[in-house]
Amino acid sequence: MAIRELFDTELKVVNIGLAAFKESLDHCGVQAVQVDWRPPMQVDATVEASASAIDRANQRAVKVILAGKPFLVGMAKALHVVPGMRKNVILHAGPPVTWERMCGPMRGGVIGALLYEGMAKTAREAQALAVSGAIDYSPCHQHAAVGPMAGIVSPSMPVFIVRNEEYGNTAYATMNEGLGKVLRYGAYGPAITQRLKWMEETLYPALQKAIAKLGKVDLKNIIAQALHMGDEVHNRNRAATSLLFRLLAPAIVRTAPDAEQAARVLEFINGNDHFFLNLSMAASKATLDAARDIAPSSVVVAMARNGTDFGIQLAGTGGQWFTGPAPVPDALYFPGFSKKDANPDIGDSAITETNGLGGFAIAASPAIVQFVGGAASDALRYTRRMYEITAAENNVYQIPALNFRGTPTGIDVRKVIAKNILPVIDTGVAHRKPGVGQVGAGILSAPAKPFEEALMGLAKALKKKERS
Amino acid sequence: MVVKGAIKTGVYFDSVTLMIVGRDITAATGVLDAAVVMGTRENQAILKSAGLWLRQFDAAADTDLLLAVKAASAEAAAGALRAAGEQLKAVRDRTDAAEEWRPLSLEGALQILPGANVALISVAGRYAGEQAMQALKAGLNVMLFSDNVPLGREIELKKFARAKGLLLMGPDCGTAIINGVPLAFANAVNRGDIGIVAAAGTGLQEVSSLISDQGAGISQAIGTGGRDVKKEVGGIMFLEGLKALIQDTATSTIVLISKPPHESVLKKIGKALKGVRKPVIAVFLGADEKTVRRYGMAPAATLEEAALVACGARPRPANGQVADLPHLGKYIRGLFSGGTFCTEAQVIFRDLGIRHVYSNVPLPPFVTLRNVWKSRQHTLIDLGEDVFTVGRPHPMIDYSLRNRRILEEAQHPETALILLDVVLGYGANMDPVGELAPVIREARVKRPIVFACSVTGTPRDPQNRTKVVEGLESAGARVFPSNAAASKFAAQVARSLEKS
Repeated sequence: MAIRELFDTELKVVNIGLAAFKESLDHCGVQAVQVDWRPPMQVDATVEASASAIDRANQRAVKVILAGKPFLVGMAKALHVVPGMRKNVILHAGPPVTWERMCGPMRGGVIGALLYEGMAKTAREAQALAVSGAIDYSPCHQHAAVGPMAGIVSPSMPVFIVRNEEYGNTAYATMNEGLGKVLRYGAYGPAITQRLKWMEETLYPALQKAIAKLGKVDLKNIIAQALHMGDEVHNRNRAATSLLFRLLAPAIVRTAPDAEQAARVLEFINGNDHFFLNLSMAASKATLDAARDIAPSSVVVAMARNGTDFGIQLAGTGGQWFTGPAPVPDALYFPGFSKKDANPDIGDSAITETNGLGGFAIAASPAIVQFVGGAASDALRYTRRMYEITAAENNVYQIPALNFRGTPTGIDVRKVIAKNILPVIDTGVAHRKPGVGQVGAGILSAPAKPFEEALMGLAKALKKKERS
Repeated sequence: MVVKGAIKTGVYFDSVTLMIVGRDITAATGVLDAAVVMGTRENQAILKSAGLWLRQFDAAADTDLLLAVKAASAEAAAGALRAAGEQLKAVRDRTDAAEEWRPLSLEGALQILPGANVALISVAGRYAGEQAMQALKAGLNVMLFSDNVPLGREIELKKFARAKGLLLMGPDCGTAIINGVPLAFANAVNRGDIGIVAAAGTGLQEVSSLISDQGAGISQAIGTGGRDVKKEVGGIMFLEGLKALIQDTATSTIVLISKPPHESVLKKIGKALKGVRKPVIAVFLGADEKTVRRYGMAPAATLEEAALVACGARPRPANGQVADLPHLGKYIRGLFSGGTFCTEAQVIFRDLGIRHVYSNVPLPPFVTLRNVWKSRQHTLIDLGEDVFTVGRPHPMIDYSLRNRRILEEAQHPETALILLDVVLGYGANMDPVGELAPVIREARVKRPIVFACSVTGTPRDPQNRTKVVEGLESAGARVFPSNAAASKFAAQVARSLEKS
């Protein structure tokens, strides 16, 4: 480059500071962008010094994330396929948590699961078992699984098997039970057990056969289409569920034992707009897991909440969790409920945001943008802000309203801290008491603490490497 | 406690809008709970369980809007219902405010403006250096308007920019014109084949405007910031800019503007100019002409002269009818918003043999004005110096400080003439006539002293030089084509006052 080359190039100006200068440039018809500048925060010196090594690792990590090819390839009982699953293990959402620190909905979910498994006959018995120490609790994320809200996975539950065909790794998620009094909101009792049993005995075999008939289902393709149809596949899954329904319906009809059973299975899927949510989560999990263990990458590979803590994991720091208290969402509450009814943020569903979907893709979802404050422009602003903290733009997932720009993908924890911009999560809100269900929905900012911790953790890992 | 409600038939709002309205009215004082919902069966059940059901809702259908408020008093409930109605109406009337997205960082800006090639930085000095470095690393040329960037940082940035073949204009660079685009404080001048490198911002504005006035034009005008030509920085960007203009085929004449550069910088310029056939005119205000010539440049004593020589025009003779001046006062008071103009005026006073001049930025042999708020004999003040700008905008933008000083000086029995500069262009005060003319009028009503003004700018500037000149003349000021001309006139007056 030489200075005189500038003389032959059309001027394009980034104005950082006095807005009047940008107005003058506009007046002259010059292409210019005004930066809404704010003083930056200091990033750890060790991380700063390793900037180029981290950049390289991040490039690798996002390459892996963008190349991921998640396919739904089958179903099985959790006990048979989920790594580390045993008869006395219950998986839950978010980072590790003991029974003592578990929130209401999660405890309810555990009780419901023990009843469903037949390990207890009454809620009281289940509770006694839950605290006895005989049950091992473990985060879904440590078993290649993800679960919405309480995220409870017990051994007998059927799970979707989602394989990342590019890298060969697999992720698992249960089937979505629908709205109302459901296990993931901590509901338990005969009605819940009955529904779970029906899902195990009727829904699961029907879906299993249908998937086997289809061979595999391209989830990335469905998600990409759904973003063009008004979903962000976290808080809105109506389009994706419909697309999946269209794919599955003929196969279900062909493989079901009788028409009535086929009809009931199809009705169940049709009656639950969130049926696809668990698949968008598993697709995100399978995509992101492939990017683990790329040192010293500062890209986030998991954001998850257990209703008590909010935890994140980085591509460059192995299985280590960085946590902080989960915030209570400042959401829109259904009539009769308010913030004081709300449980702190819960669920593995923030895996979608981690994968450039959900809140990061909210500009694609005009039907729910009002949760963010009313105007469609707010949703655009949310998504656009996220480009500031991500390492890449998605090659497949696009935002029509942003001229089909790829969604912001691959959260760089350094940018989160340096720019003081936290990820937005588009979430449902659980009642703090088990079993009441959803009480609201909204947009919330991830808390800063886990990201600060993560950056310190990365710095520590870098220092350790220097010494060795 | 009361529960009040209303039904609006045939009105539809989506559930989220209604939740927002419900939330807002619930937050009002005296309101305990509220619901604004469509009358579906599910919603009816919700209202019943929340204790918000009213008899009047019994007949409601799916398509009816139900409003219910539980409040401490009937007034509070009625108020909440009214507020809900207004808010729903506002939702109806809402239009899409298509606003422009502002990214939050340079990185974000580059995502939406790929191929950006200039960063114009005017954030606080302690952050500006880092921003500039980021921009250079991203391959952008930088105009660093900010001041208070440490000298060491400036040197680091300029060395880095030089290695990458990028411009780093500044810090404290107020003006540049690149590819015809005025950056920060600059005038709407013609494009042409005269290139400028300047370590003096107002100097650049004056020269480019005067060139434009002659019908010629500017290829590129590169600012470097005043420190560039000092020993420490060693003229890094002054030289890089000069070299770029030497190589630029669209530039056939080069003008260099600065206070006298350090000897070492002059030497480097001389070296760079070896074998260069383009005419190079240097106005190094106050420098020794012979030295300038020795290093291969054609010296110009004033900004005006440099502009005219660059256009191939003849320098203008000093004019102005000194004879018919009113006999009031003894001294000249120059109140400048442009630092370069204050220096240029001193050069002219010195060269015309005026011996006693006070200034806050004195040029040898003149004397430092200790108390800058009080003039002594002939006084030429740069009002852009830090002491005057603490806590207020630059005097080119904010006239208030100078206007007060004008009235003060005008009343003083010693004052014979007030010398002013008016700088137009992007970034400058948008209504100079409206703000300055009344002050001149008021001053002249009390004491009909002489006002000598220059107006730097072009008819195409947002303020329109032609109109500004008319406005100031009709207020009784004598307007000159340049600061040099105004200063020469003032100096001649000073001389005739000394004689009398």
